[in-house]
Amino acid sequence: MEKSLDLINARIRDGTARVVTAEDMPGIVDELGEEGALAEVDVVTTGTFGAMCSSGAFFNFGHADPPIRMERVWLNDVEAYAGIAAVDAYLGATQEAESKDSLYGGAHVLEELVAGGTVELRATSRGTDCYPRRSITTELLLEDMNQAVMVNPRNAFQRYNAAANTTDRTLNTYMGTLLPRCGNVSYSGAGTLSPLANDPGFRVIGSGVPIFLAGAQGMVVGEGTQHSAGSGFGNLMVTGDMKAMRQEFLRAAVMNSYGVTLYVGVGIPIPVLDTGIVRSTAVRDEDILTDIIDYGTPRRDRPSLATVSYADLRSGIVEIGSETIRTSSLSSYRQARAVAQELKDWIERGKMELALPTRRIDPAKRSKPMRETAVTPRVRDIMNRQVISITEDEEIRVAAKRLLKDETNHLPVLDGNGTLVGIITTYDVSKAVVTDGRLRQVKDIMTRKVIKTTPDEPVDVAARKLEQNNISALPVVDATNRVVGILSAIDLGKLFGGRRRR
Amino acid sequence: MKLLLAFSRRGRADPGREPVIARVVKETGVLVNVEKANIDSMAGEMLIDVPDANAALVRRRLEEMGVAVRVMENAIARDEAECVDCGACISVCPQEVFSFDEEWRIRVRSERCVLCGKCIRACPHGALSQQG
Repeated sequence: MEKSLDLINARIRDGTARVVTAEDMPGIVDELGEEGALAEVDVVTTGTFGAMCSSGAFFNFGHADPPIRMERVWLNDVEAYAGIAAVDAYLGATQEAESKDSLYGGAHVLEELVAGGTVELRATSRGTDCYPRRSITTELLLEDMNQAVMVNPRNAFQRYNAAANTTDRTLNTYMGTLLPRCGNVSYSGAGTLSPLANDPGFRVIGSGVPIFLAGAQGMVVGEGTQHSAGSGFGNLMVTGDMKAMRQEFLRAAVMNSYGVTLYVGVGIPIPVLDTGIVRSTAVRDEDILTDIIDYGTPRRDRPSLATVSYADLRSGIVEIGSETIRTSSLSSYRQARAVAQELKDWIERGKMELALPTRRIDPAKRSKPMRETAVTPRVRDIMNRQVISITEDEEIRVAAKRLLKDETNHLPVLDGNGTLVGIITTYDVSKAVVTDGRLRQVKDIMTRKVIKTTPDEPVDVAARKLEQNNISALPVVDATNRVVGILSAIDLGKLFGGRRRR
Repeated sequence: MKLLLAFSRRGRADPGREPVIARVVKETGVLVNVEKANIDSMAGEMLIDVPDANAALVRRRLEEMGVAVRVMENAIARDEAECVDCGACISVCPQEVFSFDEEWRIRVRSERCVLCGKCIRACPHGALSQQG
């Protein structure tokens, strides 16, 4: 049996369509079987509510008198992109205010407008014959704008990687606070309720399909930027009229020491046309797998620590190796439910009809990493290969002489086999002399927990280690922990000479 | 009940030199759980947990020894208008103050809180604050 979209829409119009949320669908399929569920259910509603950084809105402010061709535009001190004619601008959610003390950004302005608040518009221009005005400041409500069209380039990912941190310091990321030594795992996404998890083949979700966007009736534009359904990370570009949105489903947020983001509620109704769609909407949390990625690796390709399901993540505890670790969600399941429920209510009351995609989204597409034409400088390119070192059994006096003779401030300390066991600095030696005459050997005063780098580490990563630990040199070690060089703050200066200068 | 103790290191009630807590425990016989202590060169702050029934006694005795005592009733406050029930607070809390209820709303057991402040910084919506 198959069901046509016309039939489903006719049922929506006469109020007899059977609408359920994606949370209820697996149970219905268990009870009635696939054919039974196809006969019973007309529409499955989905929902998600979480941080979606890639969001923003186009505004048209109307013309002032005398008119101005706005070249730069600020809304509550947050700059919007104005390179789109005279009185239009695009405000991105993560753009931050220029002068506010606490973190305030585009997301806050968007929420403020939806909440009915006043926003200060400030713009500047060089002035032209047709647009003579050079600056303007005015206060606007959402209703004062001709258009306020939310266009979010990348929303509602199919799934998200979960995050943990194997380093020994707390990391503040777009995945929230990650405690040291895998102290917690954070994740995002609504699992079984997630729109794309219910149509991973992009059969009925595509361009032109009506959706719930932050309380308004919006639609799918097409594939989102960085869409990568072929690797399980499909996403959508979506749009909707901000004037119909509600604050409850559009909330500004700040990730500690990371920046501003916007929580958006997105829901998509799925017409149950055949048993293929019955199967895909019967997806459970247990079926949706994701990796826990180590954010302690400051590189694009981060290692996976474990593969888990959304059922594991939502249970509050996951296992990595033999350890049990507590999880935190960054998206709100309660609000995801509220989205799916409200969408269900709209359809049951005939307020929204369904449509098939006018253009399909490629379910096999994979996104590519950036093509980098300039070689990223590595530690080996600038490190000092003439390493002056010392062994741990030498006397402190010898270390002092060596530091003086070679005009260096750092001595990597080696054991009898030549592997790195510590580091001493001029400061350590001075301190030993001043505070306690009984200390004799290098190993008595050396720092044993050495912060180090490797030859192929990008210089930017090594530079951040220097900065974060407030130190001025890093021993460079190979895979067997032998010292092959030393990178000092002075070496970083090499980047600004020679081949990089153009 | 949680009591937040504050004292000057210059006063006579200096736990750096005087065993104030031990003395109170010994004299009153009330078992006190020290949950957090931050003793600086000039001042000290300590969070203790005492059985409700004995709190008044412990408090009086501490105050006699020159310690300022504040009762922490709702150590951590959650602003329901700001909270979206995401759960970012849950795993960063060392005391398991936060959890989800059956409806996926955040449940707060503030009596467990030791005022470390981690959740306040981790909350993306600025919904958590410390009392007082």
